Amino acid sequence: MTPAARHIVRFKPYQRGMHLVLFTSFLGLATTGLPLLFSHRAWAHTLASALGGIQAAGVAHRFFAALLLLLFAGHVAEVAWRLVGRKEHGLLWGPTSMVPQPRDAVQIWQHVKWFVGQADRPRFDRYTYWEKFDYWAVFWGMVIIGGSGLLLWFPQFFATLFLPGWVYNVALVLHGEEALLATGFIFTIHFFNSHFRPEKFPMDMVMFTGQVTEAELRRERPAEYERLVAEGKLDAHASPPAPAWLSRGGRVVGAAAVALGLVLLVFIIAGTFQ
Amino acid sequence: MAARFVFGSGALVVCLLLAAAGPAAAQTPTAPANDDCLACHGDSTATRADGSSIAVAPEVFGKSTHSTIACVSCHADLAKTSEWPHPEKLQKVSCGTCHGQQGSNYDDSVHGRAVAKAGLAVAPRCSTCHGTHDIQRKGDPESSVHRGKIAGTCTKCHEGIEPLYAKSVHAQPLGPGNSAAAVCSDCHTAHRIQRGDTDTWRLSVIDECGTCHLARISSYRDNFHGQRTALGSARTATCSDCHDHHVILPASNTASTVSPQNLVNTCRQCHAQATEAFVKYDPHADKLDPSRSAAVYWTYRIMKVLLFGVFATFGVHTLLWFPRSYKARRELRAAAAAGGDTAS
Repeated sequence: MTPAARHIVRFKPYQRGMHLVLFTSFLGLATTGLPLLFSHRAWAHTLASALGGIQAAGVAHRFFAALLLLLFAGHVAEVAWRLVGRKEHGLLWGPTSMVPQPRDAVQIWQHVKWFVGQADRPRFDRYTYWEKFDYWAVFWGMVIIGGSGLLLWFPQFFATLFLPGWVYNVALVLHGEEALLATGFIFTIHFFNSHFRPEKFPMDMVMFTGQVTEAELRRERPAEYERLVAEGKLDAHASPPAPAWLSRGGRVVGAAAVALGLVLLVFIIAGTFQ
Repeated sequence: MAARFVFGSGALVVCLLLAAAGPAAAQTPTAPANDDCLACHGDSTATRADGSSIAVAPEVFGKSTHSTIACVSCHADLAKTSEWPHPEKLQKVSCGTCHGQQGSNYDDSVHGRAVAKAGLAVAPRCSTCHGTHDIQRKGDPESSVHRGKIAGTCTKCHEGIEPLYAKSVHAQPLGPGNSAAAVCSDCHTAHRIQRGDTDTWRLSVIDECGTCHLARISSYRDNFHGQRTALGSARTATCSDCHDHHVILPASNTASTVSPQNLVNTCRQCHAQATEAFVKYDPHADKLDPSRSAAVYWTYRIMKVLLFGVFATFGVHTLLWFPRSYKARRELRAAAAAGGDTAS
């Protein structure tokens, strides 16, 4: 098998499954929540009616919220277990960590210089700086939207804990504004960075199939490639190409998700600038 | 010809003369002029057989807004009558012939449906509120539907509401010459009046309140209750659910439903476990007004700065990346075609 045709696994099935649940619940939350945020726009009335009324949309919103909170709790528990139980301190620092490091700042600068033809492309490792930003944006968003959402879901419970009522006013503004930031970011910047930029267009399938070709890994993430080769781990990550059903299914599901995101983006833009 | 009416002595002569002219006019009936009508009805003692008055005071009708209109424009069935004195039982006057919009609004209202569907004899028709031959424009201070008089007109039937409304903040400024405060028709509309306990009404009253309370409706719509009702949810507080109806009082009044003393009970209508802490929620918080809610204002400001910062940074990043990535794609394709590094 030539290096070009060999496939390297980047994401395990459970990680891809988490991304699937993440974007499904995210799109569900956006679809059922945006009508409320833009309740003064005509499209919000149409969308709310299509969802069976704002009452039904509210029930669906809480269902997706519970799903996403469970996912988030599962992720935090996994990270905690890998840190404490398996002592994977590489999660906190080093080439495979999500934690921003000085190398990331250098690579931002180098990447921008590459944009304008003043430098070579940075030698990225397992996670690039924009991927780390995506991760922490979601993490922060989970805390902000999830926390404020829980407050608004169970206001009387939290008020009996002597939480003053104005906290709900703040929670309502936070929930809406962070939702605008999160949806706006995912449907434009994340879509471009991961799928729409010409090298990836129309879609990067790695989060569905879990794998890239060896050539692609060497070209896009040379630091990771060389590290795996040096550590002798590359063969352990090698895999036969993804089965056809997975590639095809991923393409269909991914295209549907991206299309829904773009429709919601049009709604958001129309609602904001109308 | 048998006289079916009992008239005052003066009118009787004229009527008999008209009746005598009847057979001749039978072939081509000509509509009687107002003076012809007043010849009988202008007599203040004219009555029906049962003794009820049919008098129309010429000086009252002469001052009404309809004084230049022919009697038979409203009493339309008399335009083609050749039998004088005319039968006692006439068709109902149809105001909607001229006032079409008001007429169809009325037909859809609780008043109109009570008459047409329920056959309720006491339900108001046009004349119940507007009067008959003395009808005036609503702008005329003498009109029964003038702002200064309309509460008195409505409470002739809605007796129980009068003492409640009289206490409210809306009734208080209605002194002589002051027409700024809300009267019945400002909230209930003039002709499309709905039952007060329906969800349709609870939702539509919001916009009625909002016609005067501009800042309040804007802040209401910006918060949870107002966003939900805007999308048609009736399981959410509207204006009257918190502020009551008719006995609407400022929060500074201890009797008000939104006074600090009563707020917990008011909120408990929906939020059964509401506490003193819970009711510190402001359903009218304004994210643009730091004096009303500083925490909300600053949260909003900070989130907007964050939003702008993120999109400005990544917007520039994306715009710079796109052409370079396009070039990279072409380089990759060229290399693949040359048999080197492959694209997939």
